[in-house]
Amino acid sequence: MNTLKHLIDISDLSVEEIGQLIDTANDIIANPGKYSEKCRGKKLATLFFEPSTRTRLSFEAAMYELGGNVLGFSEAQSSSAAKGESVADTAKTVSCYADIIAMRHPKEGAPLVAAQNATIPVINAGDGGHFHPTQTLADLLTIAREKGSFENLTVGFCGDLKFGRTVHSLIGALSRYSGLNVVLISPEELKLPSYVKQEVLKKAGIPYIQTSNLEEYMPNLDILYMTRVQRERFFNEEDYLRLKDSYILTPDKLKNAKKDLSIMHPLPRVNEISVEIDQDPRACYFKQVLNGKYIRMALILKLLREAGTIA
Amino acid sequence: MNIDSIKNGIVIDHIPAGRGMKLYDLLGLDRLECSVAIIKNAVSSQMGRKDIIKIDADIPVNFDIIGYVAPNVTVNIIRGGKLVEKKAIGLPETLIDVIKCKNPRCITSTEQELKHIFRLEDPKNRVYRCAYCDTKASE
Repeated sequence: MNTLKHLIDISDLSVEEIGQLIDTANDIIANPGKYSEKCRGKKLATLFFEPSTRTRLSFEAAMYELGGNVLGFSEAQSSSAAKGESVADTAKTVSCYADIIAMRHPKEGAPLVAAQNATIPVINAGDGGHFHPTQTLADLLTIAREKGSFENLTVGFCGDLKFGRTVHSLIGALSRYSGLNVVLISPEELKLPSYVKQEVLKKAGIPYIQTSNLEEYMPNLDILYMTRVQRERFFNEEDYLRLKDSYILTPDKLKNAKKDLSIMHPLPRVNEISVEIDQDPRACYFKQVLNGKYIRMALILKLLREAGTIA
Repeated sequence: MNIDSIKNGIVIDHIPAGRGMKLYDLLGLDRLECSVAIIKNAVSSQMGRKDIIKIDADIPVNFDIIGYVAPNVTVNIIRGGKLVEKKAIGLPETLIDVIKCKNPRCITSTEQELKHIFRLEDPKNRVYRCAYCDTKASE
């Protein structure tokens, strides 16, 4: 039997497994009481070597709502990494204390190293600009709940498409469903890397348009996925300051948008979505946050079940 | 030019011209005590020009390194002055500690004890990616 032990990249999950996670998450939303004791006596270790509010709290809330407990740290300085401990040794040590690990690390590949050394399931909660599979799962649950299906959607990705790992990952995940159309909206310097275009979009035969004009393609979109220009991904402060305000979504820019458009954003936002849009029923970004907690609950359940830790 | 034939050892033939020294370095042949000959730009009916390496000792060599630097080479194993084995080497699926990941954000840049592992993604274009960060290998 092919059992999943860790989640490092969204491609570790088959389309069927993603479907099952979404079904579980929907059932949790409908019947939270049914799940409130599922992880009684179990512990989630949140190993966050890099600051994060949303992801860490989402994992912690998810474990508490399953009846489990949480231990961990929220910055590298408060862990033995500050003393020079390797990721491998940290993973072996934490395996003695907890039942499952959620790890965020600034270095790409660190959660994979943890998974190779831990004796408990490891979830990648973000490794630098590389992968962030639980954000993608939150995005997928949101799309499933808002649109009812992943098929025949026109999805616009706007902002930092170069460093935006959530964009690369979501494009990869959506490319496995039929009828996808992609509109890539970014300044020249922050265009989607050619390897994502080559290896994902072209390989899957997905039609895409590259543009710097958000308004022109707005009427076509079923989903608009906005992103933040992330300061921490730039080596050069000047480049960051020059590009950070490239796209700001205002009510005016939504004039020609579809009535059932879904506006998504992985958050945190700085100023790329005007706060006036928060009142618009098409704004889905806070629903994404909530969905993130439910899909993480579903994922923790799946991994602990497959590890034989819970029934 | 004559190079003495070897009794017990290895001849790596059909190395694309110009890649012999790279292979010499990566195989660590500079550390050997035995005779090692590098023949550069030898005339080849198949390739026009080629490099050849002759190692006058029956030592274990890393075929993955050979396959990565010079796919389609032939490795001849010589024992008692006779050719006992002829191996055609292709592109290896995995490279372990052959090349290093140059991405400064990769976990291998800070954790020195980790092996540098690359996986073959596209044999046609010889594309390898780091197993940790997916960065494309560059020589």
